[in-house]
Amino acid sequence: MLIPFFYMLREGGMSTSITELLTLLEAMKKDVAGQSVDDFYYLARACLVKDESKLDLFDRIFGAYFKGAEDNFRDLFVDIPQEWLQRQAELMLSEEERAEIEALGGFEELMKALRERLEEQDDRHEGGNKWIGTAGTSPFGAYGFNPEGVRIGQQGSRNRSAVKVWDRREYRNLDDSVELGTRNIKVALRRLRKFAREGAADELDLEDTIDKTARNAGLLDIRMVPERHNAVKVLLCLDIGGSMDDHVRVCEELFSASRSEFKHLEYFYFHNFIYESLWKDNRRRHTERISTLDITHKYSSDYKLIFVGDATMSPYEIVYAGGSVEHWNEEPGAVWIKRLLNTYPKSIWLNPEPQHRWDYTPSVKLTREIMDDRMYPLTIAGLDQGIRALH
Amino acid sequence: MAQSRFTSTSTYVATDDLMMAVNAAVTLERPILVKGEPGTGKTQLAIEVANSLGKPLYEWHIKSTTKAQQGLYEYDAVARLRDSQLGDDRVHDISNYIVRGKIWEAFESDEQPVLLIDEVDKADIEFPNDLLRELDRMEFFVYETQQLVKASHRPIIVITSNNEKELPDAFLRRCFFHYIKFPDHKTMEKIVNVHFPKLKKNLLREALNAFFKVRDVPGLKKKPSTSELLDWIKLLLAEDIPPEALRADDSRKAIPPLYGALLKNEQDVHLFEQLVFLDRRAGSSR
Repeated sequence: MLIPFFYMLREGGMSTSITELLTLLEAMKKDVAGQSVDDFYYLARACLVKDESKLDLFDRIFGAYFKGAEDNFRDLFVDIPQEWLQRQAELMLSEEERAEIEALGGFEELMKALRERLEEQDDRHEGGNKWIGTAGTSPFGAYGFNPEGVRIGQQGSRNRSAVKVWDRREYRNLDDSVELGTRNIKVALRRLRKFAREGAADELDLEDTIDKTARNAGLLDIRMVPERHNAVKVLLCLDIGGSMDDHVRVCEELFSASRSEFKHLEYFYFHNFIYESLWKDNRRRHTERISTLDITHKYSSDYKLIFVGDATMSPYEIVYAGGSVEHWNEEPGAVWIKRLLNTYPKSIWLNPEPQHRWDYTPSVKLTREIMDDRMYPLTIAGLDQGIRALH
Repeated sequence: MAQSRFTSTSTYVATDDLMMAVNAAVTLERPILVKGEPGTGKTQLAIEVANSLGKPLYEWHIKSTTKAQQGLYEYDAVARLRDSQLGDDRVHDISNYIVRGKIWEAFESDEQPVLLIDEVDKADIEFPNDLLRELDRMEFFVYETQQLVKASHRPIIVITSNNEKELPDAFLRRCFFHYIKFPDHKTMEKIVNVHFPKLKKNLLREALNAFFKVRDVPGLKKKPSTSELLDWIKLLLAEDIPPEALRADDSRKAIPPLYGALLKNEQDVHLFEQLVFLDRRAGSSR
């Protein structure tokens, strides 16, 4: 009975392997789980799920399968828009809203109603993955009741024993299906490594030791050298705010991956395009700015320059003085970026927008021209090409 | 099965799913990988498993410079060179210069040991891949002495990770996995009770309420976790703060006392103070 379940997990997008299934069977044979369904659920979870972001998916599949309702399986493939998951801070329900929800019978009832509603709607709009959105006129929509909202509300009723463990879906906020994992990014960034020796001498230099010992008439003369470190220097300029909000997650991943991968990493933020100053701290972006000229003076030209931005804006913001949406810029952005490019010949632009959409936006075309076509999509393959171009 | 099972102890509260994962790992003699927010007792788990099953514990703490080989053994060639210069007799036996690592020690234990590999994600990204065979077959080969080291009793291996790096699939497939989720209100009460058995009921209630309220503040960089709560309660007791000072209707207007134990990040403290200030203003204008 577990083999169909196994295939369902795989179809559902989990990368469960045969070894893991065999482990589960072995554990069951050795009677680890006992008789209760809860025990079996815990055991299956420990054996088959290896990533906390997949726990929610597992819970859903487990729920669907062991409810004996394979028809509901389609429900699993519904896309939950990313932004719903990201704007957690905005989703705190107010007291009044909470009271209104209570009036509808409390969260449990509402969840049940929501679930029925979803199943019902799914039947009507064949495979429709919009029903969460179209439920706008329903009580759920009215309160901004998206999955994240349900989770927040649910905390109050979590201890009620009626809910099945896997139905509680406690791991929902860890769910992600981002294309780029940090591991992948790191593997791609590794190409950029260049090793050099600096710092404390704590490694034996075999060749030098042999050489010096021989010169010393065979009396041992041990030579040490510093360990090899990654000596690549990177300047990372990240577009922040506005149209970039949709890409915050990928950028954060890129940022965290590159931060641990490079010893010399300097990062700066800009909004839409480069002008005479950048900043390092978004909280104090208006008070603590760093002049772009200072950057070119401070960091030597062997730094590699990586821009990350969607380059989606009005073309005026690039080519005209005073085009910036935030302030009056004396000189156009194109002049500033050219100054940077002159100082740092090794540079690329990473664009989180899908490549096929680039041609529809004039500002992207313009930026590509300025960058000498060194614009790459922010995907694993794009990152790979980009890193090659930096060599 | 005659084997003893891991349950909650007098010093550690284990949830049902955690017990299941640990017991499965013990029965099948496979490693268990434990992830979770910092401060939810991942490292403590290995210590408690060893205590409750009465087995010796070997701890291997991973740093960013740790290599997989160091867990097995290291060959101290420099010492041997020096000894050869000094004409020491030990120099003729290479095994004198093989320094055993934690994994080797655990493999040679007289009874089944518990081996903790702490914070495996701190090491280089390829580190887990280098340990695949060792964790799978529980054996490795010492090239210098042409000797095969095999575990006399397959150790119970507890691996913890803080999620700083993603672990390779091949490594994950060989482990049981458990994600310690943040304890709910009830479990947290149990945990605090285990650590402070004599704590007054009302202080516990107020402290937990205040704690979960701080955790609910949106946008915190590092939410306070179990270990921070325990530290905070310790401080509250030491300073003899009365439960009334933590009362919920108060805390909306005032910052909980000694909140420095809960919020470790300067930006978080700043954000929290701002929110409290806004609340207070809204409260007074009402």
